[in-house]
Amino acid sequence: MLNVGKIEEGFVLDHIKAGKSLSIYKHLGLDKLDCTVAIIKNAKSEKMGKKDILKVECDINTLNLDILGFIDHNITVNVIKNCEIVEKLPLSLPKEIKNVLKCKNPRCITSIEQELPHIFVLTDEAKEVYRCKYCEEKYGSKEF
Amino acid sequence: MRHLMSPLDFTVEELDKLFTLADDIEHNPAKYAHACTGKKLATCFYEPSTRTRLSFESAMLSLGGNVLGFSDAGSSSAAKGESVSDTIRMISCYADICAMRHPKEGAPMVAATKSSIPVINAGDGGHQHPTQTLTDLLTIRAIKGRLNNFTIGLCGDLKFGRTVHSLINALVRYDNINFVFISPDELKIPEYIIEMLREKDIPYREVTALEDVMSELDILYMTRVQRERFFNEEDYVRLKDFYILNKEKMALAKDDMIVLHPLPRVNEISVEVDDDPRAVYFRQVQYGVYVRMALLLTLLEITVEE
Repeated sequence: MLNVGKIEEGFVLDHIKAGKSLSIYKHLGLDKLDCTVAIIKNAKSEKMGKKDILKVECDINTLNLDILGFIDHNITVNVIKNCEIVEKLPLSLPKEIKNVLKCKNPRCITSIEQELPHIFVLTDEAKEVYRCKYCEEKYGSKEF
Repeated sequence: MRHLMSPLDFTVEELDKLFTLADDIEHNPAKYAHACTGKKLATCFYEPSTRTRLSFESAMLSLGGNVLGFSDAGSSSAAKGESVSDTIRMISCYADICAMRHPKEGAPMVAATKSSIPVINAGDGGHQHPTQTLTDLLTIRAIKGRLNNFTIGLCGDLKFGRTVHSLINALVRYDNINFVFISPDELKIPEYIIEMLREKDIPYREVTALEDVMSELDILYMTRVQRERFFNEEDYVRLKDFYILNKEKMALAKDDMIVLHPLPRVNEISVEVDDDPRAVYFRQVQYGVYVRMALLLTLLEITVEE
């Protein structure tokens, strides 16, 4: 059994679908932060069988967690202060996501314009549909 | 400052104001002949489009303004690899308003985000062509006197035709519109449009034979069935004649039915129909100029006193 110690202040992202933690690590920009991060892969889970967990020790205002709602809104976000869970953050679909998806439409201006951010806008919350801001190409959050 | 990217950028009320202005321009052209004196329109056409570009230029010249621009990417700095963002920053220094056509979808929107002058989307790939939709709406409004309470048949390539999709999205905002989609199975209207009509509880029918519905229509919107859309030549040959509008089919229509077409027409409307007063597709071209004149004035925020 692998043991990872408690964190003083930060987040514990629990119930991540097994194998998705590295992708979340990248999209939260954790590779650019100088803080302690524990990536736990394939932990046993009664509910999920296997799951990933991310523990991030940082100031709670450092991370923008909006993208988690898009990646998987079943992830549990525990906010930690003084080694205790002080809040569980609800996740919802972000209205707009930037540079997470790449537009796959070869006729989209994003395919040629230099340094143009790939922006997707939530157009149907019930069906979890996002569309490219520029060409309106459709993406479901499940395609991620 | 406003731009025009999609026909839905304007509310129904704003469109009504725009069409009322276009109507006044049609009936009092002299009043507007110098409205844009000293103003310059840049037509940035990254792919050739004779009709749309000339329509914009005619509109600006009719308002007393000037035009400058390029008519294909090869003669612009895009050939040297300049981005749309950089080009529009430069154009913003040369002109007061810009009409942009680009083969890449969303290019005019990118331009609008960097521009200090209004940008009009003059067609971006298979995505949007808002001034064609405004032209279609103004033509219907001017000739039928209303944008509600009618049955419109859309005929031909309903799968790929962006003008058709755009017109449907614009018309669903008006009351009591009944849609009839006339196309071969291979070129049926996309499912997402059918879903949208169902959700809004808007009546529609899908048929394959134009003759079967001719007598019901108040408006017939013709489009071209393109050979390249078919997987085999046999299917194309089998289906293409379904959609040639001729005198015999026109004889089945109401006396006040009107025929629209975004043009260019190839063979889907027989030339013998051109003299029928119900064939309004060339008048539609003229309305395209009026609506672009009204659009230029609106986006430039120019008002003309009585």
